[in-house]
Amino acid sequence: MGYYIIRRLLYAIPIALGVSIICFSLVYLGPGDPIQAVMPDEASAEDVARIRAAYGFDRPLPVQYGLWLARALQGDFGVSLQSNRPVLAELVPALRNTFMLGIFAALLSFTIAFVAGGLAAYFHGRWLDRLVTAVSVTGVSVPNYWVAIVLVIIFSVELNMLPAMGMGPGGSRQWEWTYANMRHLILPVIALSLIPMGIIMRSTRAAVLEILHQEFVETLRSKGLSNLRILLHVVKNASPTVLAVTGLQFGHLLGGSILIETVFSWPGTGFLLNESIFRRDLPVLQGTILVLAMFFVVLNLLVDIFQTWLDPRIKRG
Amino acid sequence: MQRQAEMDGSEDGKRPGVEIPTGTVASRTYWQTVRVRLSRDPVTIVCASILLLIILVAIFAPFLAPKDPEAGSVFKRLAKIGSPGYPLGADELGRDMLSRLIYGGRVSLFMGIAPVAGAVLIGGTLGIVAGFIGGKTNMVIMRVMDVFYAFPSVLLAIAISGAMGPGLVNSLIALTLILIPPIARVAESVTTQVRSFDFVEAARASGAKTGSIIREHVLSNVLGPIFIYATSLISFSIIVASGLSFLGLGVAPPVADWGLMLSTLRQSIWVNPYVAALPGVMIFIASLCFNLVSDGLRSAMDVRM
Repeated sequence: MGYYIIRRLLYAIPIALGVSIICFSLVYLGPGDPIQAVMPDEASAEDVARIRAAYGFDRPLPVQYGLWLARALQGDFGVSLQSNRPVLAELVPALRNTFMLGIFAALLSFTIAFVAGGLAAYFHGRWLDRLVTAVSVTGVSVPNYWVAIVLVIIFSVELNMLPAMGMGPGGSRQWEWTYANMRHLILPVIALSLIPMGIIMRSTRAAVLEILHQEFVETLRSKGLSNLRILLHVVKNASPTVLAVTGLQFGHLLGGSILIETVFSWPGTGFLLNESIFRRDLPVLQGTILVLAMFFVVLNLLVDIFQTWLDPRIKRG
Repeated sequence: MQRQAEMDGSEDGKRPGVEIPTGTVASRTYWQTVRVRLSRDPVTIVCASILLLIILVAIFAPFLAPKDPEAGSVFKRLAKIGSPGYPLGADELGRDMLSRLIYGGRVSLFMGIAPVAGAVLIGGTLGIVAGFIGGKTNMVIMRVMDVFYAFPSVLLAIAISGAMGPGLVNSLIALTLILIPPIARVAESVTTQVRSFDFVEAARASGAKTGSIIREHVLSNVLGPIFIYATSLISFSIIVASGLSFLGLGVAPPVADWGLMLSTLRQSIWVNPYVAALPGVMIFIASLCFNLVSDGLRSAMDVRM
């Protein structure tokens, strides 16, 4: 196990480097010179040259990458071109807000998905199974940003029950766990939880179904074990597969929250990304993507290690 | 084997309705079985028909749309569903919703299918090459794919598209890029499996050239699974493409596109919520149908992944 963990850790290093190279090159994907893109049109030639030197854009690309990476590793992602504040200062509250949404959405969707997926497998072919299958296909096929809008139409426009946007009276700065603030979480959390719910329901159902069809379950049953005891065996055997899917879905949930955050004007990383894209604030764009992607890399790593710990048969290369 | 089965299937296709009364399932060829299975799957048939309808409507939009999708009337702004002359209401600029939804399918469906097709070409080739050659080539190709896998896919699409700037072509490139790695992975794993089969070994032993082994033995067994997997990605591609338009990264107004329409109508939900929700219904129907058809094809063709 120790050997596996070390090998897996070593394998994560080139992946992380690759991810950082992609993030670094994002700046060069845009049309024209990145400096031209970030400078106002009326900037003088000296100003352009000064900024170019200050950002190190006058050096060869590999050197630029090295310098950028060294700074990023120390938490220095540059300065926002829009607000002139360090990118990190913009990023930290946004990350907190996104995680807040993400964790609640994860709790909601994972709980429903595990229970419903498991039940569907137990009642294979019955109406409950069909219902769960239909719900999971819908969850996977539905554009969640549209559901977000429909939720706003139902609960804010028509029923006037829940707030349609923002984080509450205090905003992001003075967030407290009050009822007035928590109400703002409800709609975005529901909208965000749909896709992971559908995907995890599907894989839980498939995993449990596969285990239930194996011979050892029949043996347990003929041994006279109670249904509850059998369930424990099934859970134990299905969990590695299900947890792998679940772990990745948590990452996708955080990475894909941009559309939901846009609908609800939720001041998280998605909202930050959206603003940085339309103001061509490339340092913020780059920093946000890098942090989210690195989180995903670490999450992948943890999922792999945890999965191998649960089921030592899968020591993959 | 496969090729023989394919020929039998198409031969049978010339005389539809003729059930050969052999009785036993075992005597059916592969494609006959697939066809029989599909004909007994009402969900897939209904969804495929809806998709065909949506696609045909989008293709023949100029003949079907009652009004110009880009010409608005100030007096008809946010007209209600069922207004005279505007059966599905009008948008925030007084443009006929029905016509815009009909035209909107063009960009939205194109953005669902084209990136998948592009990714099948590029990712499929990469995966088959990696799987067939193996060794170092496999390692280099698949490790590069792993790096793209290390991003949440929607985030990567938004990052690439956002960095390149708004536009149809840019979001097309971004979508194709995020679809290549998963297709390459499936292609690689299937090819690696097929390559280890005895009949490939036998072909090699009997002196077949690499090119003909790939053409005759590998492709015929690998394309099926890749195709099925690709159809399951169309739904995802439609949702993400419309999502990019929704963020303003896709086509520029006034072009009709479901995602963009949803985004511009979002400001009007307090005035006319039902009209504002319509474009999303179309995205949902299209994506749901693609998903269900893909599921139906997968179980009919009995492809395991």
